[in-house]
Amino acid sequence: MNLHSEPIRLLAFLVGIIAFAALNAAYLVWLERKVAGHVQRRIGPKEVGPFGLLQPLVDGIKLMTKQVLIPDNIDPILFRLAPPLLLIPAVMSFVTIPFSETLVARDINLGLLMIFAFASINVLGILLGGWGSNNKYAVIAAARGVSQNVAYEIPMLITVITMVMITHTLNLNEIVRQQGGGIFNWYIFRWSANPLMLISFLIFFTCSLAETNRAPFDLGEAESELVAGYHTEYSGMGFGIFFMGEYANIVIGCSLATILFLGGWQCPFGLWPGVHWFLIKLYILIFTVILIRWTFPRTTIYGLLNLSWKVLIPFALFNLILTGAMIKIWPMIFP
Amino acid sequence: MSGYFAEIFSGAKSLASGMGITFRYMFKPVVTVQYPHATLKMPERYRGHIELVKDPESGEPKCIVCGMCQRACPSGCITVAGDKLEGEKKKVLSKYVLNFTTCSLCGSCVESCKPGAIQFSREYNLASTRKEDYTIDLLQRLREQR
Repeated sequence: MNLHSEPIRLLAFLVGIIAFAALNAAYLVWLERKVAGHVQRRIGPKEVGPFGLLQPLVDGIKLMTKQVLIPDNIDPILFRLAPPLLLIPAVMSFVTIPFSETLVARDINLGLLMIFAFASINVLGILLGGWGSNNKYAVIAAARGVSQNVAYEIPMLITVITMVMITHTLNLNEIVRQQGGGIFNWYIFRWSANPLMLISFLIFFTCSLAETNRAPFDLGEAESELVAGYHTEYSGMGFGIFFMGEYANIVIGCSLATILFLGGWQCPFGLWPGVHWFLIKLYILIFTVILIRWTFPRTTIYGLLNLSWKVLIPFALFNLILTGAMIKIWPMIFP
Repeated sequence: MSGYFAEIFSGAKSLASGMGITFRYMFKPVVTVQYPHATLKMPERYRGHIELVKDPESGEPKCIVCGMCQRACPSGCITVAGDKLEGEKKKVLSKYVLNFTTCSLCGSCVESCKPGAIQFSREYNLASTRKEDYTIDLLQRLREQR
């Protein structure tokens, strides 16, 4: 049997990607609770299994045994459509993520574009979930989620355009390949391409936090005002799928930041590039995301939109112009 | 315009220092007590429900069955009874029941006790689903403590 035949490759990557997304969702919850605990000088989960490592498993079993309650007067189609609509784009985005030079499900030329195309479907899932629930809190949360996503998509995409202008490609694996040979070839430290690369990274990272509705931008699920946000009416595994989608989106956001700015699977000192470097960088970023959640209080909706329209978008636009100028002017000064 | 950049700069600085603080706290020792597995010793002056004091010489309760505590209790949750035994000068305590469901831990009983025969215990694991668990026979409790 040929192991490289197309059906086997398809099946292997399908199972692998779904397992990776699900395990990440499960164990990031565990990590989140551990980090939250230790930041507040508690322990976090510790009862089920060593260091509470079996906690996600038990939580999953609990969620699956819960009755799926469907309230009256909902939109039956939209209500059921919303959770998969949030999870599927997130899982689909994994298809083009290069875990290492060879470990890519589909090394397509428009990988970056595809991820952002799917990322915008994600918003639809939130909107339909809130709208279909026939619940005022869910609708308010959905409206907030959408306005937030629209506001943050702009600086994020402008930053990505800046990156594409520098890399000349939308192929994620090619972008990583360009960053080989040591830490100073990573795009975050490519001063020659654009002296404000660090700011680009910060804009991208902040936007990916807001895009995934993570604290301090988790206005869509502000418990104190909106019960549980757009998934208020979901119970059992419906809620579980929303949750998985959210964590999968965090992994996608951090993967993209790793690929675009931190050199993906490249090693910081040019030796043994591979999947381990990608995972190390990915989990450092995810850890930062978690630490941010347990450090900063939630912003207001005005603070959130002000940050986007008054700070991030002007900076992103300036970066775009500067990069364009650098591409044209730099070769003129140093031919 | 200068205020705009100053605000962004100071804001970014404060966010970074905030994350530094939480990061450092992550590695500090844990301060919570893992309650069912580990318990704290209650301080000397902790006011749990009352208990009888043992006479160190005879090993019997110090109580002289004067009934002052019963009378001092504003909610009437103490029941004391004593027997006059053959050949003994004083009454001997035969029953000391505290109804903890109505006790407000005011301490009037402890204050009124002249011989110092009752004191606050340091018992706090008192959760129960049955009402009967809160009718505490203090005499039996003292005997069991031996």
